[in-house]
Amino acid sequence: MRDAGLIERAPVLNAITHVLMIAGLLIAAFPIYVVFIASTHDLPTVNRVPMPLWPGDHLVQNYTTVWNKSDFGAKMINSLIVATGVTIGKITLAALTAFSIVFFRYRARMLIFWAIFITLMLPLEVRIVPTYAVAADVAEPLRWLVWLFGFELGIAPINLLNTYTGLILPLVATATGTFLYRQFFLTIPDTLVEAARMDGAGPLRFFREHLIPLSRNNMAALATIMFVYAWNQYLWPLLITTDARMATATMQLQKIVPGPLFGQPPVWNEAMAATLLVMVPPLLVVIFMQGAFVRGLVATDK
Amino acid sequence: MADIAIRNVEKSYSKTAVLHGINLEIIDGEFLVILGPSGCGKSTLLRMIAGLEGITRGEIAIGGRVVNALEPRERGCAMVFQNYALYPHMTVGENIGYALKVAGLPKVERERRVAEIAQIVGLEAFLARRPSELSGGQRQRVAMGRAMIREPKVFLFDEPLSNLDAKLRVQMRLEIRRLHQRLKATSVFVTHDQIEAMSLADRIVVMNQGRIEQAGPPRQLYAEPATRFVASFLGAPAMNLLPATIVAKDRARMADGTEIALDPGRFVVEIGQAVEIGIRPEDVMIVWPGSEGAHALEVEFTEDMGSSRLIHTRLGGMEFTVLQPTAQIEAQSTLHINLPENVIHLFDARTGSRLIRAGATIGTLASAAA
Repeated sequence: MRDAGLIERAPVLNAITHVLMIAGLLIAAFPIYVVFIASTHDLPTVNRVPMPLWPGDHLVQNYTTVWNKSDFGAKMINSLIVATGVTIGKITLAALTAFSIVFFRYRARMLIFWAIFITLMLPLEVRIVPTYAVAADVAEPLRWLVWLFGFELGIAPINLLNTYTGLILPLVATATGTFLYRQFFLTIPDTLVEAARMDGAGPLRFFREHLIPLSRNNMAALATIMFVYAWNQYLWPLLITTDARMATATMQLQKIVPGPLFGQPPVWNEAMAATLLVMVPPLLVVIFMQGAFVRGLVATDK
Repeated sequence: MADIAIRNVEKSYSKTAVLHGINLEIIDGEFLVILGPSGCGKSTLLRMIAGLEGITRGEIAIGGRVVNALEPRERGCAMVFQNYALYPHMTVGENIGYALKVAGLPKVERERRVAEIAQIVGLEAFLARRPSELSGGQRQRVAMGRAMIREPKVFLFDEPLSNLDAKLRVQMRLEIRRLHQRLKATSVFVTHDQIEAMSLADRIVVMNQGRIEQAGPPRQLYAEPATRFVASFLGAPAMNLLPATIVAKDRARMADGTEIALDPGRFVVEIGQAVEIGIRPEDVMIVWPGSEGAHALEVEFTEDMGSSRLIHTRLGGMEFTVLQPTAQIEAQSTLHINLPENVIHLFDARTGSRLIRAGATIGTLASAAA
């Protein structure tokens, strides 16, 4: 421990650091505590001002009601499919594009690299209208392209609204993962590539048997980030799904808040219970991936 | 048969030429060392044989087959890298057997061969470990095992010992030598360490600035360096080089007037020619004060190297070192020396090439000292 002496000699600073840390933790944790408390009271108690800060006795009842009422089982499965799809798609796309950019020399390589880079500045929310247009008819851009050359293309519209594909694909097509992978691939020494070549491994073999095992921690980090990102998506699913059967859990949350009749108080207790339920899967993912996640972001595996 | 023929090979990166017309024949089973300072193109040449670098002009043939257009895996070469380049995510066994896995050998056969190789390189007990759990010397052995398992026609070594500490380096040097005696595969070994080169090579090729300066057996290069560069690069402590002008058939004079006697029968020189006189520190003779033709030198300091002593002095204003067995003389402030005519090397100061009459040889002292 290199810093041990330093800490010993500064007990006051040490104490201040701890106080600040604990204060920070309380500030971060308090809203979640309030959410939990709200989910344990009945409707009149939760709408009282100020709301009590001690747990009530409606915990089980609130959770069962909201689970059954809003069909959360099916919605969670939808969310799970979308989040898993985005995660897998993203990792595959990121690893392959970074592989191409780092390990191959070809014309316009840097142009392609910068084109990918620019998409970092265009998150889904910014380009949501054109993205929706494409999702509504995938053939549209192709038709345009052909039209530029003076032809008409007779392809029937391909509609991705209310499909898992439509939910997943636009979330996959961003550059963050490609960058994480590129940075990692750049740390791989040239001689390792050359040793594999001398041993007779071709590019695909090198990718499969060297790059993928070496990037396991990276993959875990990216998977964690992407799963949470996709699970928390709200705007895009809201836009692209009109069929209630395709709704995701996050979308479903907003349907719970308003009271059953206009003018009635919002159903905060059930909404908060649902919020906590929806938080569970990403939380589990983070807990399970934590070790690899930190290693993937902090250090290269030696 | 795995002789290597390198014909008029050139290499340039965009406009910068790195290798200028290399011609070299490597005999089947030979242990060839390419020696040169960093940046002389020796690694580039090795990597071109391996197929890791493209060949700008000329051709390379291995075993009579031109390999210019072949992928590394099709050339039948195995390479040991300076930093070992082991696969960190694989065990020692998987590292050694990887080439066979790529070649599609069945697992049982593979494991048998890995065990065989592991025994040769002394790693049986470490097969299940990761490279990160091994010491430098063990990693080096894994790298050698990985190269050996394919039974390649040609072994390529890219400064494989320079990451090891001095003691281990000597030990691995012997192991590489033993390995070569056993396998008899053509080996090309690149290094900047002249001791490594002298001790390992059947033949040394000295390279400088993208050209071959001289090629030959270690003994020959040491005794009859063809250029000033080879003379100064081979041998530790390095050869003394004294700039001088020829003033008579048998005499050269340094800038400060010091005169050095030459054997007119050995050299072809012209009066007024600028030359460099080379003499190895171990060839300098220490004589009694007042002996004929003796130079009196002031000792600056001495380095004790155990079996011998390296005396730093100045001759004609130039740095001059003398190597003597420790027992021979006491440390003293003035040294009287003689430069025996038969061990003097003479180089043209302008071209750097050796000036010697055809048929003449370097004297016996240098050979006797080694």
